[in-house]
Amino acid sequence: MTTAVSILPEQQLAALNAAYRRAVGRKRLRLLSGIAIFAAALTLAAIGAEVNLRTLFTYFGNFVSYFDRILTLDTGQRVWTDVGEWLWGWRKWLKMLGETLLISYVGTLIGATLAFGLNFFAAENTSPARWLRFTVRRLLEFARTVPGIVFALVFVIAFGLGPMAGVLAIAIHSTGALGKLFSEIVENADMKPVEGIRSTGASWLACMRFAVVPQVTAGYASYALLRFEINVREASVMGFVGAGGIGQELVVAIRKFYYSDVSAILLTIIVTVFIIDITTGWLRGRLFGREART
Amino acid sequence: MTPHEVDPRELRARYPDVFDRPASARLAMPAMIVAAFAVLIYGLVDLDFSPSRFIAGLSQLGWITLMMIPPDPGSSLPIYLKALGETLSIALLGTTLAAVFALPVSLLAARNVVPSKLLRFPVRRVLDSIRGVDTLIWALVWINVVGLGPFAGVLAIAVSDFGAFGKLFSEAIEGADQKQVEGIRASGGSPLHEIRFGLLPQVLPVIAGQVLYFIESNTRSATIIGIVGAGGIGLQLAEQIRVLEWQKVSFLILMILVAVAAIDFISGKLRFAIIGRRAVA
Repeated sequence: MTTAVSILPEQQLAALNAAYRRAVGRKRLRLLSGIAIFAAALTLAAIGAEVNLRTLFTYFGNFVSYFDRILTLDTGQRVWTDVGEWLWGWRKWLKMLGETLLISYVGTLIGATLAFGLNFFAAENTSPARWLRFTVRRLLEFARTVPGIVFALVFVIAFGLGPMAGVLAIAIHSTGALGKLFSEIVENADMKPVEGIRSTGASWLACMRFAVVPQVTAGYASYALLRFEINVREASVMGFVGAGGIGQELVVAIRKFYYSDVSAILLTIIVTVFIIDITTGWLRGRLFGREART
Repeated sequence: MTPHEVDPRELRARYPDVFDRPASARLAMPAMIVAAFAVLIYGLVDLDFSPSRFIAGLSQLGWITLMMIPPDPGSSLPIYLKALGETLSIALLGTTLAAVFALPVSLLAARNVVPSKLLRFPVRRVLDSIRGVDTLIWALVWINVVGLGPFAGVLAIAVSDFGAFGKLFSEAIEGADQKQVEGIRASGGSPLHEIRFGLLPQVLPVIAGQVLYFIESNTRSATIIGIVGAGGIGLQLAEQIRVLEWQKVSFLILMILVAVAAIDFISGKLRFAIIGRRAVA
């Protein structure tokens, strides 16, 4: 089999080549100017953040040796040679971990309930009034944008030290995040059942209850489980500001240089987060099929 | 046509699944709700919730809110602006650093680049563990290593995003079209050529979008790592909350909200420009 490659006349070829080079040149110029702007922003940021590469290189050894130290017992042995000694405080830590899980559970449940109550007012297709939608949306936005730990800082002062502040902080932050996600699900819901129910003369509440809720509960539960996962992580640091949970123990261990305790508590946190991730992932898969996993 | 009479008994007989569900199926939902509620009650008791404490706290909170109005920076506006700049710098640098280090590692964790499960598995577990530890914890660790200040914040964000990017990038790489890689291989390219000319052109726009999105979300994270002493506006915020300067607190919160909204807007525009309207999650 022979193939023929047509050779264009010299003039035509030159014109095409020139056009190609121009196009590539333009693209390169755009890329280069993008890189230049980015590099300038980075330099500016580096000055702003007091980055000092020499400090990093001097201290990078510290970073490595820090992990070396947290993996060494007081006796000078590696931690895994004497697990009993390493995890000496497991009773206390397990109790604090339980408290952390409880904080995230109660926080998620309260947040999900509030979000459930508010999201119908925030969704485009179900909100009874424009001004109501606007207000609820701004409220949710506020609850979502202010970080949970900032709420915790304020609540610790208002409600006193302890897990209560952590629960409320997580609840408010979850309300904001879930409220938005929930209202998006409602906006994607099929409106025909709503019309059907409204045509029978039902009230707004009845429309929501019998037409919208049956469509959206699966999505709600899936997002609430996902939020629980996130909240477990968040609850593990609530203790840093005195709002309960394992974070309290961790911050004490880090600040007082109880090296092997740091690694032990980190290990328990990582294992817990793993277990929760796997369990909720499995649960979501079981309840809502594979496509609901995000 | 007239609708004919329906005999309820006939209906029951015809649809036993609807009318005569087994007791286990009917009781499952209420049982779950009761269990969830029981755990909630136990939690409320165990976590020292009491109505009197709640009401007292709410009235305190009301006072605090009243004292927050109007927001007023006092004479420290320049300091706050500088702190805000620091926060934005931390987010930008931390995210970039994480992306630079995560790209090569994510190749190691991608199924279509490293077929050996033996090599992929440990890389993935390391990334998972890094992600399991919150940014605030990393900030505390880095403060121990490089001292208080924004530099610790940069490194904390870099490390915790490294874990997230490693996973996201490797998923993007696994989702890439293999045909182009095969094309490079067929024309005699080395494995490195395959990655450079077959994979990277496909995944770079996706990755750029993700990095921009993370810069956005890291602006939020960067505001809070200051609370443990890693620089930025969080440091000012935590300090003002501790000394109960509520007008300054509300001003700082407003500043954070405005900055986050501005970054959202800019990075949203940039993401649309890079990967088009459709692909933005």
